[in-house]
Amino acid sequence: MPLLMIGIPLLAVILLNLGPRRWISKQTALYTALAATALQMALAAYMCFTVGIGSVSSIRFVEKLSVDLFSAVTLFTIGLVAMISLLVSRDASEGSRFSFFNLLLLIVAGMNGLVMVTDVFSLYVFMETVSAASFVLIAINKRGQELAGAFKYYMLSAVATVLMLTAICFLFLCAGSTGFAEVAACVSAKGNSPTLIAAFLLFTSGLMIKCGMVPFHTWVPDAYSNAPAPVSVLLGGIVTKVSGVYVLMRVYRDVFLNNAAVGNVLFALGIVSILVGALVAIGQDDFKRMLAYSSISQLGYIVLGVATGSPLGFVGALFHFFNHATFKSLLFVDAAAIETQTGTRSMSHMGGLAKRMPYTGVSSIIAFLSTAGIPPLSGFWSKLLIVIAVWRVSPALAMVALAASILTLAYFLVMQRKVFFGKPTEETREVREAGGNTVLAQVILSAVNILAGLAFPLLLFYLQGIGAL
Amino acid sequence: MNLTILVILLIGLVASAVVCVALSDLLKAAIALAITSAILSIIMFLMGAPLAAVFELSVCAGMITVVFISACSMSRIYTRKEHEQRQKARNRRFLLLPALLVALAVVVFLVLSPHITGVSPIPSGGSGSGVQAALWGSRQVDLIGQIILILTGVYGVIVFFKEKEADGK
Amino acid sequence: MSLLFALFLIGVILLFAIGIYSLLVTTNLIRVLVSIEVLTKGVTLMLIAVGYATGQMAQAEAYVITIIVIEVILLAIATGIVLGLYRESGDILTHDIPTPKE
Repeated sequence: MPLLMIGIPLLAVILLNLGPRRWISKQTALYTALAATALQMALAAYMCFTVGIGSVSSIRFVEKLSVDLFSAVTLFTIGLVAMISLLVSRDASEGSRFSFFNLLLLIVAGMNGLVMVTDVFSLYVFMETVSAASFVLIAINKRGQELAGAFKYYMLSAVATVLMLTAICFLFLCAGSTGFAEVAACVSAKGNSPTLIAAFLLFTSGLMIKCGMVPFHTWVPDAYSNAPAPVSVLLGGIVTKVSGVYVLMRVYRDVFLNNAAVGNVLFALGIVSILVGALVAIGQDDFKRMLAYSSISQLGYIVLGVATGSPLGFVGALFHFFNHATFKSLLFVDAAAIETQTGTRSMSHMGGLAKRMPYTGVSSIIAFLSTAGIPPLSGFWSKLLIVIAVWRVSPALAMVALAASILTLAYFLVMQRKVFFGKPTEETREVREAGGNTVLAQVILSAVNILAGLAFPLLLFYLQGIGAL
Repeated sequence: MNLTILVILLIGLVASAVVCVALSDLLKAAIALAITSAILSIIMFLMGAPLAAVFELSVCAGMITVVFISACSMSRIYTRKEHEQRQKARNRRFLLLPALLVALAVVVFLVLSPHITGVSPIPSGGSGSGVQAALWGSRQVDLIGQIILILTGVYGVIVFFKEKEADGK
Repeated sequence: MSLLFALFLIGVILLFAIGIYSLLVTTNLIRVLVSIEVLTKGVTLMLIAVGYATGQMAQAEAYVITIIVIEVILLAIATGIVLGLYRESGDILTHDIPTPKE
């Protein structure tokens, strides 16, 4: 079964390339890709319910893939964001769409593999796959800014890779193999030997670069804001999170066994990221750059939740992971819509869009309320869980995290005022609402946000019922 | 198997890496990188990893050099004066490097020496390739990952290396 | 740890130092790629050393082969990006670290 998750996107890629170009129009290609992602979502949801807290291992061809609840939720999220990205690509059209579809399917296949492996080295392999595809996707239209952003991402990613590989070498040294189980056994046996501590620190540093945590975050704004619209949705909504935060959560829980030293480092980096991301976001003029810094801030919350090492913190982090995928993707979709219609990303040149782009306006309000953690939207619940989990460990940090929520509210209010209300400027006088597919994407994501928020208490009771909390 | 041979090779490796990085002529730097790869490949062969040595030699020393040299052909041709200026600035920057490296080596050696116990036997070169085949049995997941990566690379090449068409698609 | 392993470790650290120093100092994009290559060689050496120290040379070989394949593909993509930048901005291959603003 887990093999299907990789197999389906690959199959779609093969289908897309089967005949000469004339056979497969862009319509067909789009629908094939959409079908693949929808199928993935369905399978993932099914697995969520059947797996419970145990795990499903593929026992046939490849015995090293396994899916547990954590992976299943992530798989669902990947499918969701990929589908949204496909919808957006319809309207924000540029050339070379075939390459985009293929690359998107490949990156989905890579991410699926990433969440299902049980071996530290395989993590590296799939992370590189995802990174490679994202470099190409960022620069797919070959404009100067995009290429520069992609190159910067490559540079920092390569350094991160080297750090993580060295850490994997140390783990290999200790455990004689690189599977999760073997390394975890070695960790629980040898605890605090210098080799292991070095491995932890190196690995975490590499991961922090990939996540975009402060102070390794410099590539994030350039890569996010310069990428073409559907790529930004994909990147900001899921790629950085899977190849950064997911790996952190998986490794921290299953391999490092909640090591305290790493936990402290994560606390520090998480809090700093929350603050720096929020503070810098306030001063931004470019819409997408502001969203990029906001992402840095939100990922800080997830890291904070993971750092507590408690099941509550973990569930909070996981839920915030899902929420961030939905509300950040929604914001990027709005940004894409605005960029296509007005031709600019600069907020000081926008204004009065609320009347002319009603769907975009409303959905962006829903998204930002969720980001700032306003009840009853989904963001509120996940932040609440994280703050409670952090409170149990360190009340001071929890207060800071709460205060940062206010900052989040601040920069989003500023954005709303500039972009949607206020007087129309030259660029915005003539715009219409974004195309049908984009609106569909916005509606879907807004609905998910609201429903998730309303349904969350039920989910909490369910989790307590099956003993996960 | 002599320890000294390996030490000489290691020193050669580091030295060629320094040369590769400090040379101002990109073409020569690419060749130095190829030499570094070759030395690494020899080290690997001596340590008992023949298959990896072959891969390293053919892929890195060969293909990467080709890639770099074709990329180097895009360098701007500087005027003589600019060239001299750049040379001077460059040499000043890299003067520090060898000294730094020697200092680093000494420091690390001192830190490590209390822990050094003895000299383990070095495996004789050429462990069976039968073991390799058995290994791919347990590393199949990586193979799948590599397949995805190769496909991605294909699309990367398509995207980047195609000349811009005149909106014919 | 054995003497040989310590020597390898020193070699690896030196290679990393060379790579990172070069990465920080250079202004030429191709040289950035070269520095990353040097870093990769360092990791490869490290892997061999660890394979020797744990006696699991065959596993280490498998890892090395995988790493080589992956790094080559990534390098090809990076070269493609540099090629694109070259076409965009004329024939200059330099950039100012840390922000390559066009």
